[in-house]
Amino acid sequence: MNDLLKIGNEYFKSRLLTGSGKYSCDSIIPEISEVSGSEIITVALRRVDLNSKHKSLMDYIPKHMKLLPNTSGARNALEAVKIARIARASGCGNWVKIEVISDNKYLLPDGYETLKATEILASEGFVVLPYINADLYLGRSLIDAGAAAVMPLGSPIGSNRGIQCKEMIKILIDQINLPVIVDAGIGKPSDAALVMEMGASACLINTAIASSPNPVLMAEAFSNAIDAGRKAFLAGLGTKTEYAVASSPLTGFLHE
Amino acid sequence: MSNFKSILDKWGSFDFDKFIKTSNKNIIEDILHKDYLTDTDFLTLLTPASDSFLEKLAQKAHKRTVNEFGKTIQIYTPLYLSNFCTNRCIYCGFNRDNRIERDILSLKEIENECMSISEKGLKHILLLTGGDRVKTSINYIKSAVLIARKYFSSISIEMYSMTSDEYSTLADLGVENVTLYQETYNCETYKKVHLSGEKSDYDFRLNAPERAAEAGIRSLNLGVLLGLSEPIKDFFLAGLHCSYIQKKFPGVNVSISLPRIKEATGGYQTGIEVSDKQLAKFIIAFRLFIQKGGISISTRESECLRDNLIPLGVTKMSAESKTKVGGHIKNDGINQFETSDKRTVEEFHASIKAKGYQPVYKDWVTI
Repeated sequence: MNDLLKIGNEYFKSRLLTGSGKYSCDSIIPEISEVSGSEIITVALRRVDLNSKHKSLMDYIPKHMKLLPNTSGARNALEAVKIARIARASGCGNWVKIEVISDNKYLLPDGYETLKATEILASEGFVVLPYINADLYLGRSLIDAGAAAVMPLGSPIGSNRGIQCKEMIKILIDQINLPVIVDAGIGKPSDAALVMEMGASACLINTAIASSPNPVLMAEAFSNAIDAGRKAFLAGLGTKTEYAVASSPLTGFLHE
Repeated sequence: MSNFKSILDKWGSFDFDKFIKTSNKNIIEDILHKDYLTDTDFLTLLTPASDSFLEKLAQKAHKRTVNEFGKTIQIYTPLYLSNFCTNRCIYCGFNRDNRIERDILSLKEIENECMSISEKGLKHILLLTGGDRVKTSINYIKSAVLIARKYFSSISIEMYSMTSDEYSTLADLGVENVTLYQETYNCETYKKVHLSGEKSDYDFRLNAPERAAEAGIRSLNLGVLLGLSEPIKDFFLAGLHCSYIQKKFPGVNVSISLPRIKEATGGYQTGIEVSDKQLAKFIIAFRLFIQKGGISISTRESECLRDNLIPLGVTKMSAESKTKVGGHIKNDGINQFETSDKRTVEEFHASIKAKGYQPVYKDWVTI
């Protein structure tokens, strides 16, 4: 089955995007990538250290992986734009995940500033993946602004609380003609399977993998769940009913 | 919200002694199951009532920290630019009354110290001065920041309380963090230990973090000098101060330090001891109260204790600290206080790795 994830003009076999923060040691990243098949990895530019005395994050990212620098630390559009430009100038490519957060307690994204940053960066040739609250109007505006995908949160970032925004994400999947990549809050593989069954294009998982006692095995579990959810979506789920439907009907004899 | 003084005033008539003595351990079980703690929950956790729940609370604090920050420890080191001081703080080695050799780094010396520190792989620096607005003027500090910017990704300052304009100037130059301890929130004790000088103005210091936040400083590190006054009350109010800042300035990162008083030149002693157990409990309670707040432990504490505190919620630690002026190249003069953990950056790096944590040297980009 030739079911590829398309973002911008690029195609990917894996629908699992991974993160690079929170690991006890970055040397685990190649193994995570290998067992999960993940082809896209997000990195916070604030953590990228090209002149490190020690072996650093960038040394561990497999060369085949697509780098998705994020603008972690940006509090407004201008800062996000500057960080994206620095990332590109540092050789991290022209993809960017926009994170504009000015609330450090709940880490919820600022939709207005994210939209402004998207407009600017898309016009400069960036492939822009904005991290957002699952909001239909914002999603529509982001299409107009040139976003390559939208990344709604399942629940607050780092919370592992699962898909608390399920109904809103469902609306985005229905209405937004861009890849919908569910990011943040996914706590367990069944959460990822759920949004994939709903028709999400992909999931980005960091905390749930990194905070597991066995991150490598958990990455594999997420990969399998995302794959299963995707296949279920493509196959089409059976209809739910309020009552039992017997596979051997009791009144079948009346029609014989 | 006017300023934090109004919050302090609300707690002014609260009977802390009675609360600390009468808190019941039955309440702790309820607090353990909460996602978000009230102010009173936080205070309850600081009392002896939580003693028998310490391990359960520690496990929860550990999980929270791993979820929020991962298994990482951000490393920085201090650089003392000067020990000139016009204040008379009786617990401090730099007290104006102390007959010590005073020194201030020239700009060339700052450059040399920065170069030496950066060669150790450090990317976050904390610049410190004593409280002397003439010897270490804003112009001198600006020059020091401009030099430090060439070598470090993140610049923090721990200096005298400044005006909004001064903070604004430094924020524009790229100062990310202001570290400012109230030392004690107890007004009476504050007056007794700060005999004269600008620092003796309690309110001016109390409102400094807000001035810094309004001026565009991105992160604030608050704290009290544990042992100056009743520690539960003092640490509770420091936690409330962080919570207040977080609500009023949601874009500002807050963190806390928990320095315990150490004997310095002058030999001041309070007789108030904060045990290792109490220090650990404060860290745990703070993590559960301010989930995304940073927690910093300096080299005042011993190697062994620092290593053991890591999983409880610590996010930032200093390494290879010198508490004399310069200290990395220039190595004469007197320490502000004695450090306990003398490990080099490389030794500390290895210890963190052995603990299953990742030492993080760079976690900021100046734009």
